[in-house]
Amino acid sequence: MTDAPRTIEISPVTRVEGHGKVTIHLDKDGMVDEARLHIVEFRGFERFIHGRLLWEVPVIVQRLCGICPVSHHLAAAKAMDVICGVDELPPTAEKMRRLMHYGQVMQSHVLHFFHLAAPDLLFGFDAPAAKRNIFEVLREKPELGRRAILMRKFGQDIIEATAGKKIHGTAAIPGGINHNLPIATRDTFLKTVTEMQEWALDALALARNYTLDHAELVGGFGAFPSKYMSLVREGDGALDLYHGNLRMIEPDGTTVFDQLPYDQYHEVLREDVRAWSYMKFPFIKAMGPETGWYRVGPLARMNTVSLIDTPLANAAREEMLAANNGLRTHAVLANHWARMIEVLHCVEKITELLHDPDLQGTDLKATGERREEGIGVIEAPRGNLIHHYNVDENDQVTYCNLIVSTTHNNEGMNRAVKDVAVKHISGQPEITEGMLNHVEVAIRAYDPCLSCATHALGQMPLEVQLLDADGQMIDKRARAL
Amino acid sequence: MIRLIGYGNPGRGDDGLGPALAARMMDEPGIAVTSDYQLTVDHALLIADARIVVFADALMHSDTPYEFAPVAASTAYEVTSHSLSPQAVLALYQTLYGDAPQAFVLGITGHDFGEVKEGLSPLAQNNLTLATAFLRDWFAQHTIGGRGHA
Repeated sequence: MTDAPRTIEISPVTRVEGHGKVTIHLDKDGMVDEARLHIVEFRGFERFIHGRLLWEVPVIVQRLCGICPVSHHLAAAKAMDVICGVDELPPTAEKMRRLMHYGQVMQSHVLHFFHLAAPDLLFGFDAPAAKRNIFEVLREKPELGRRAILMRKFGQDIIEATAGKKIHGTAAIPGGINHNLPIATRDTFLKTVTEMQEWALDALALARNYTLDHAELVGGFGAFPSKYMSLVREGDGALDLYHGNLRMIEPDGTTVFDQLPYDQYHEVLREDVRAWSYMKFPFIKAMGPETGWYRVGPLARMNTVSLIDTPLANAAREEMLAANNGLRTHAVLANHWARMIEVLHCVEKITELLHDPDLQGTDLKATGERREEGIGVIEAPRGNLIHHYNVDENDQVTYCNLIVSTTHNNEGMNRAVKDVAVKHISGQPEITEGMLNHVEVAIRAYDPCLSCATHALGQMPLEVQLLDADGQMIDKRARAL
Repeated sequence: MIRLIGYGNPGRGDDGLGPALAARMMDEPGIAVTSDYQLTVDHALLIADARIVVFADALMHSDTPYEFAPVAASTAYEVTSHSLSPQAVLALYQTLYGDAPQAFVLGITGHDFGEVKEGLSPLAQNNLTLATAFLRDWFAQHTIGGRGHA
């Protein structure tokens, strides 16, 4: 071994993201006939979890994703609460979990908005890939870049303080939490949370202004009506990222179902399988896959909820609705605005919780009568996340079904890709840089984390293939997504 | 200070080599050790006070037990994904704060990445032992006054 300069090709194929491929099928006239987002899936996780002990499941499931492990940690813990016969956690346990979750959503949204989406928004979709990256953002707006990193760090620090560590936290245990928040830690966060709120407001203004200043682009880019689903708070239908009942609405806001206990999800939802994709396509059982598909995520939440229970975020949501004449927004790019409303909401909730003495409580765990089945649902950064387990008398998992946000959005992402392909690729003999950019932006707006969705092994390059009417590939381009 | 960042997914076979190395080095005096799933923008902050940074990851398609080489900041590695390359972490640091610390990549060869499972393959275990021994020696040579005084 020497220190001499040379190149090592580390092949990070087993990072936590998946592999996406888009095929665009042209008809005989060269017009887009079909566009499909394929996921190369390794669906091994549900099998992997079989036989594991119930208490270790909330820790193990975090290996599904390096970006939102806390969401899996909490969804699994909620399911295991049910199996342990616990329907209501002690206040300290629930509030610690909520604090953890708000930190998680905040840091995930900040990462997406500033580091993945901002280059597209600041420089335009047609800018070359070499320009559309975070380094160019930092060169032009260094303060924005620094804030982004520090906001993400704040969220990560909240996770570390509540989950025990940033990755593979162990704090949420069946029936409760394993520690509370020390006063000294709380006081450290209180010193910076006001600044976080100011920065969140600035970020919100940036996302709002972009959306309004580019109304024509936003309104026509991958925009189409759909149903939306999320958890809402029991009773008033407020935004609740941690707990609640299911609500689904039609594009015009009318109700498909409301306040449905989430342990009944399988009575209303079914997952369709298509030969060309390993990722399933959930739909409303009573409507069928063609009309029963729906979307989840930040924009879906802004559309489904009745209100937000923190004043600044609620005012921001009302402004968003007003900008669309009180109607639901269907533009996929409005997800960025929705994300920044949720960042503000999370900071407001974190502030509220930090002032709550229950976080220093000592009643951490409840017990109950053992059950065989448990379902835990949470609103993860990318949308609704369902964990469903059966556990036998030896405390071993015998059944596991996960529906992650990216799977819920599978149909929506495919339709977004087709929408963009029809507008930008029809009649073209090859895939240009600009076309690839548009497909990439449409997919990225959903912030997919494809390992979650597919349990895939492999890095996530986006490969776009153009096929003629005979199915022959006539062009191909690839890029990391 | 020397910062060691071992990254990878322990739930995916030999991809856990980076975290496994981090676990073995955790109590090494004078070395700040971090274990993570993947490199993200946060790691640009993490290396701020480091004189030397070593990124340890699983390596594929190599016929040596491990490979070790310097790595420099580069923006050629696009940041369009949730995870970053070591080059991108260094470039991010450099863009934000100035000259990045001296950095190296330690790639430990893995053989079994095929399915979702815990634990390293026997070959990867062996490579990990060799890489750990190498790194301990290397750290001893590169800490001021020897081990424990980085």
